[in-house]
Formats: sequence, structure tokens, C-alpha cells
Amino acid sequence: MSATFIWTLFLAIGLGTVLLRLSFIYLFGKIEMPDWLRRALRFVPAAVLAALVFPALTHPAGTLDISLHNVRLLAGLGGALVAWRTRNILWTIAVGMALLWILQFVL
Amino acid sequence: MQFHKDFFAGARDTTPILLGVVPFALVSGVAAISVGLTPFEAIGMSFIVFAGASQLAVFQLMSVGSPWIIMVLTAWIINIRFTMYSATLAPHFQKLPLRMKALFAYMLSDQAFGITMARCNTPIPVERTWYYFGAAGTIWVVWQVSAITGALLGTLVPPSWGFDFAFPLSFMALMFAALRDRPTVLAALVGGLTAVLAKGLPYNLGLVLASLLGISAGYLAENFARQHKQVAA
Repeated sequence: MSATFIWTLFLAIGLGTVLLRLSFIYLFGKIEMPDWLRRALRFVPAAVLAALVFPALTHPAGTLDISLHNVRLLAGLGGALVAWRTRNILWTIAVGMALLWILQFVL
Repeated sequence: MQFHKDFFAGARDTTPILLGVVPFALVSGVAAISVGLTPFEAIGMSFIVFAGASQLAVFQLMSVGSPWIIMVLTAWIINIRFTMYSATLAPHFQKLPLRMKALFAYMLSDQAFGITMARCNTPIPVERTWYYFGAAGTIWVVWQVSAITGALLGTLVPPSWGFDFAFPLSFMALMFAALRDRPTVLAALVGGLTAVLAKGLPYNLGLVLASLLGISAGYLAENFARQHKQVAA
């Protein structure tokens, strides 16, 4: 990745993000957010984050691998348990990474 | 400039939240280095974007060599939730000049929104713009200091540690925090399973498709539950 590519990418993401943040603060009184949109937006984090998590575990090397040889799937399930109980990002990473290293060593 | 006392009240009320902000920002800094960014680029992104979940998503997509359009789309989809916060906060910011509106918008974070709305729902009166400024500003400063620290520490992490696995792990922690009720759980299940099934689609388009289907599933489930309740009543 060239430096120009990276900075253009960051500016595109950053500009879009600040416009999303400014949107209704700026448009107040001009456009109301439709009720259906407000209710749909509630589901964005759960849907997108799950869509990022699931394939990272089931396709560790780009192809589907649901077996006991898939250490990322096994370590990920352990991490999911910690994420569920603690909702803490550091604990989840610590336990998940430790499981990954142990499983890579054992299997 | 004279700072109103509620600026400090907002800043003070972030204390418990900072316990979550610091590690998240540290992880984002380390992660940026692990995908090959320089510390300067990592810090630049943190200042330009200032939205951790979307930054981590971009790093994961960089690590698997996704095209730029998917990185941009994914980041925007993750950050589209800010329009909801923007609409909720808008009435309180109307008397501000545009440059202050722009500054407040740039500083908007999940945590600043959460703290401000929690305080607005108590009977104790508070000067909301100052309170928000104090909370959002504190979170912004602490985020940036932690992200810079993470970027500098990241250069010490050897690539052999397989740090790319920290991305799905960090998304897991964020995902479980977003599961509030049955419709959100359904949104996650549909989003996740679709992403697995659509993994073969070109340009990582499966991610965008899965996100849209997951959001639709949650929305429809909630609608169905509402109508069912009305019929039962």
C-alpha cells in the first residue's frame, strides 16, 4: 500500500464519518430522521460485527474449515465465552490469543 | 474562554467509561502497526477517523487485501449509527455556531453520547452543551493519548505473534455488548451466518450483503414482535 493510497483512504473514511456525525445536528429543523430508519440503525453494530467475526473463524485460510484442526475456530469459541461473560476487549483478546498459541502448540 | 462548571461535570462523569476507552484505543494503535502502517499513519488515522470499531474493521480488511471500496463502505456502514446519535443530540446544539456544531460532531463517540443521554434523563438540571463538550472532549483526548501509546508499543510486537487474530476477538467483545434483546441477537446470527455463506463472493462483497441482511432481519423481527403484541392486546 502506497502512502498516497493510505492517506486518501483515511480521508475518504474520515470525511464520510464526520458527515454522518454532523448529519442531523446540521439538518435539524430541515429534515427529520424517519422512524423506520432510526429503528433499523439500532441493528447495525450487532449485524456488522457478527459479519466480521464469523468468517474470520470459519475461513482462517480463506476456505471453509469447520473441524478440530481449525485452531482459530476453537480459540475463537473460547474467546466468545469470555466476550459474553465480561464484554471486555482486553480480557477477550488475552484469553483468545493465549488459547490460539496453546492450541497451535498442542495440535 | 470561560469554561462552565458543567464542562467539568461532563469530564468527571467519563471516569468509569475511560476504563473501556483506554484498552480499546491501545488495541487500535497496536493493530494499526500489525497490518503494516507506520506510527505516523496510525496516529493520523486515529485523528482523522476517530471511530475505533470502523478503524479495526479496516485493519482486518487490509490484512486480507480487500479492495479500497469495500474498506470505505464497511467503515461507513459501521459508522452510520452516528446519524442516530446526531438526530438525538441535534435539538440541544441548535443555538451553537456552525463551527462549534462541526467540532461537537467530530468529537461524537458512542461513549460521549451514552453519558450525555444518561445525564439528560435525570431531574438534575445541566447545561447540556457544556456537559457534552466536557464528556466528549475528555474521551477524545484520552482516546488519542492511548492510541498514540498503542501505535508506539505496536512496533515492539513481533509479527509472529499472529496479532491479526486480535481483530475478530475485539469485534466479539464489541458484538456481545451490542446484543440487547432477541431482535439484536437475530441480527447478529443472520449477519454472521450470511457472511460465512457469502464468503466466496468477489471483492469481499459478502460482508456488505451480510450486514444489510442482518439489519433487515433484526428490524423485521422487531416489527413482527410489535404487531404480535398489538394483536394480543
